[in-house]
Amino acid sequence: MMSEGSSFMKGMVLGGIFCLVMSFFENFNSGTHSEVHEHLHHHLKPLSKDELEKLSESQMSDLPLQVRVYCLIMVTPKLLVHWATANDTWSKHCDKSVFYTSESSKALEAVDLQEQDEWARLRKAIKHAYENAGDLRWFFVARPTTFAIIENLKYLVLDKDPSQPFYIGHTEKSGELDYVEYDSGIVLSYEAMRRLIEMFKDEDRCPERGHALWKTSEEKQLATCLKYSGVFAENGEDAQGKGLFNKKSVSSLISDSMGQNPADVVEACCSDMAITFAGMSPSQMQVLMYGVYRLRPYGHDFHDSLTFLPPKDSDND
Amino acid sequence: MSLSVSKLNSNILIAENRRAAPEFSQKVRVLCWVMTQPKHLKSRTQHIRATWGKRCNIVLYMSSEVSDFPTVGLNVSEGRSQLYWKTIRAFQHIHTHHLDDADWFLKADDDTFVVLENLRYGLSKHNAEEPLYFGRRFTPFIAQGYMSGGAGYVLSKEALRRFVKGFADGLCTHNTETEDVGLGKCMETMKVQMGDSRDVLGRQTFHPYPPDYYLPRQTPRPRPWYLIYEHYQPVEGPGCCSDLAISFHYIDAVQMHTLEYYTYHLRPYGYKYRFNPNVKIQVRQEKRWLIQTLGVIHLKRKELLYV
Repeated sequence: MMSEGSSFMKGMVLGGIFCLVMSFFENFNSGTHSEVHEHLHHHLKPLSKDELEKLSESQMSDLPLQVRVYCLIMVTPKLLVHWATANDTWSKHCDKSVFYTSESSKALEAVDLQEQDEWARLRKAIKHAYENAGDLRWFFVARPTTFAIIENLKYLVLDKDPSQPFYIGHTEKSGELDYVEYDSGIVLSYEAMRRLIEMFKDEDRCPERGHALWKTSEEKQLATCLKYSGVFAENGEDAQGKGLFNKKSVSSLISDSMGQNPADVVEACCSDMAITFAGMSPSQMQVLMYGVYRLRPYGHDFHDSLTFLPPKDSDND
Repeated sequence: MSLSVSKLNSNILIAENRRAAPEFSQKVRVLCWVMTQPKHLKSRTQHIRATWGKRCNIVLYMSSEVSDFPTVGLNVSEGRSQLYWKTIRAFQHIHTHHLDDADWFLKADDDTFVVLENLRYGLSKHNAEEPLYFGRRFTPFIAQGYMSGGAGYVLSKEALRRFVKGFADGLCTHNTETEDVGLGKCMETMKVQMGDSRDVLGRQTFHPYPPDYYLPRQTPRPRPWYLIYEHYQPVEGPGCCSDLAISFHYIDAVQMHTLEYYTYHLRPYGYKYRFNPNVKIQVRQEKRWLIQTLGVIHLKRKELLYV
C-alpha cells in the first residue's frame, strides 16, 4: 500500500517540475515574440498644416537648420548616363550631394571607393558621409536610376528629430525582416547612421563580406545591421496613406492606375508630395525635372509654411 | 488673396487655389474644339475628357458622327484628306452656334495636352475683337507663316468671323488637305495677324511634339527634322519651353494623365519658382536672391507672398 502511494507522489512531483520547466520556456519565447510585434507596421507621415501652424517662431526658425540633406549617390561607370542625369537634375537640390563610385570615370567627379562588392561599397560610403556630414543631419542613399524630390523629403522629416534613429523609405518584408527598398531610396537620420557605423564593427552580426554561399542584397544586409542596433524600417506615406517612395516610373504607375481606377487615374495613382520614382530613362528624368520644378498652371498658389529657394547655377529648375 | 490655413490634403489645396483661376475664366472665355473620330473616342478622346477638356469654358468633340460621348457630327467623312474640310465645318458650326459663348476659339487634336490656365493668361493681354491668331509659328508655304495644327492654335472672335466670312465670300477655299496650312492661308488672305505666343523670356508655349523632344540637353547642332519649320530660332534643352507651357502634342493616353499629374498635382513643397511671368517682379526678386543666402527662409505667417 505504502509503495503505491510513494510512486504516485513521485509521479506528481515529477509532473509538477516538468510543468514548471515548460512554462519557463514558454515565457522566454513569447518575450522575444512581442518585441518583434511592437515594430511591425511602422508608418511615417509628414506634419499636418495645422500642426505646422502651431509651432512657435523659434521652433520654425530651427527647422531649416535641422532639415538639411546629404545625398549619397551610388554610381558605377555602367550607369554613366544616369549618373550624368542625376548630377544634372535632382541632386542639385540636396544640401550636399556626393557620388560614390566603384571605379572612377574621366567624365564625372566622384569619390572612388575602389570596391567592386556593393555591400562593402555602401558601408564605405556611409562611413565617408558620416565623417563629412558637417552640420547635415539627414542622409539619403540612392542609385542614379532613382529620381528624388528633396523638398518633399524635407517636408516628410520636418518635425522628426535626427538625433533619434530613423530609417525611412518604401518598406517590404522578407520573412521576419522589414527592410527599406533600395530602388526607391533610403533615408537615414544622423543617429541611425551613428548606430549603423558602430554595428559595422560587429563582424558576426554585420559582416562586411558575407559568409553564406548565397549573397543577400545590400538593402537586406543594411536592414539587418540596423535592426541589431535597434533601428527599424518605417514606411514613408502622405496624410492619405499613399506611399511617397516609389520604385516604379511615373508612367508605369499611371498605367497601373488606368487599369485599376479608370475613373480617377491621377487621384488614385500617386501622391502630390511624392519623394521618389525609379526606373526612368534619362530623358524621362529631364522631363520629370521640368514637370516638378517648372511646369504649372498660372494662378495656382500654395501657401506653404516654409520656402525652399532654388539652387544656384542651375537652369533646369 | 486670403491666408486661410489650407489642409495638407492635396485635393483641398488645389480646390482652394482654383479660386484664383475661375475669375480669370470668366474674363477670358475659351471654347475648345477637339478634332477627333469615332475610332479614337475610347483610345484617345476619353482621356482628354477626363483631364483638360473640362477646363475649357465650352468643349466640343468634333467627329464625322454625332454620339453620346458627346460628339458633334460634322458633314464630313474621316481620313487625312478630309482634315481641312473638318476644320472648315467645325469653325462654321461654332460660328453658327457658339459665337457669343466665348472670346477665343482653340483647335486641338485628340492627342494634344493643353493647360487652359496658361492659355488664358497668355490671351488675357489681348483683345478678342482684333483679328489675332496664336500658336506655334511655322515658316514655310505661306508668306506670313502659319500655326502648327498639332500644337493647337487659337483664333480671336474677330479672326473666327473673318475665317467664316472668307469662305462665305469665296475669298478662302478648300485649296489643300493640310488643315493648318489651309487655315493659315485663309488667315493671311483675311488679314488676320500672327501672334507671338512665346513667354517674356522668349520661350515657347505651344509644342508640336512631346516634352522629351525638346528638354534634354543637346550639344549645338543643326536643326533636327522636327525643328525645321520653326519661325523663331529654336532652343534645345531647358530653354526650349516656358514654365507656363500651353500645349504638347503626340501625347498618348498614359502621357496625357502623366502630364496632368505633373501640371496639377506633383509639386515640390515650399519651392520658390524661379520664373515669374510678371517681369517687374522677376527683376525685384532676382535682386532679393543676391542678398539672401542659399537655403531656407521662414515666411512670417502674416506676410503676403506675391508671385
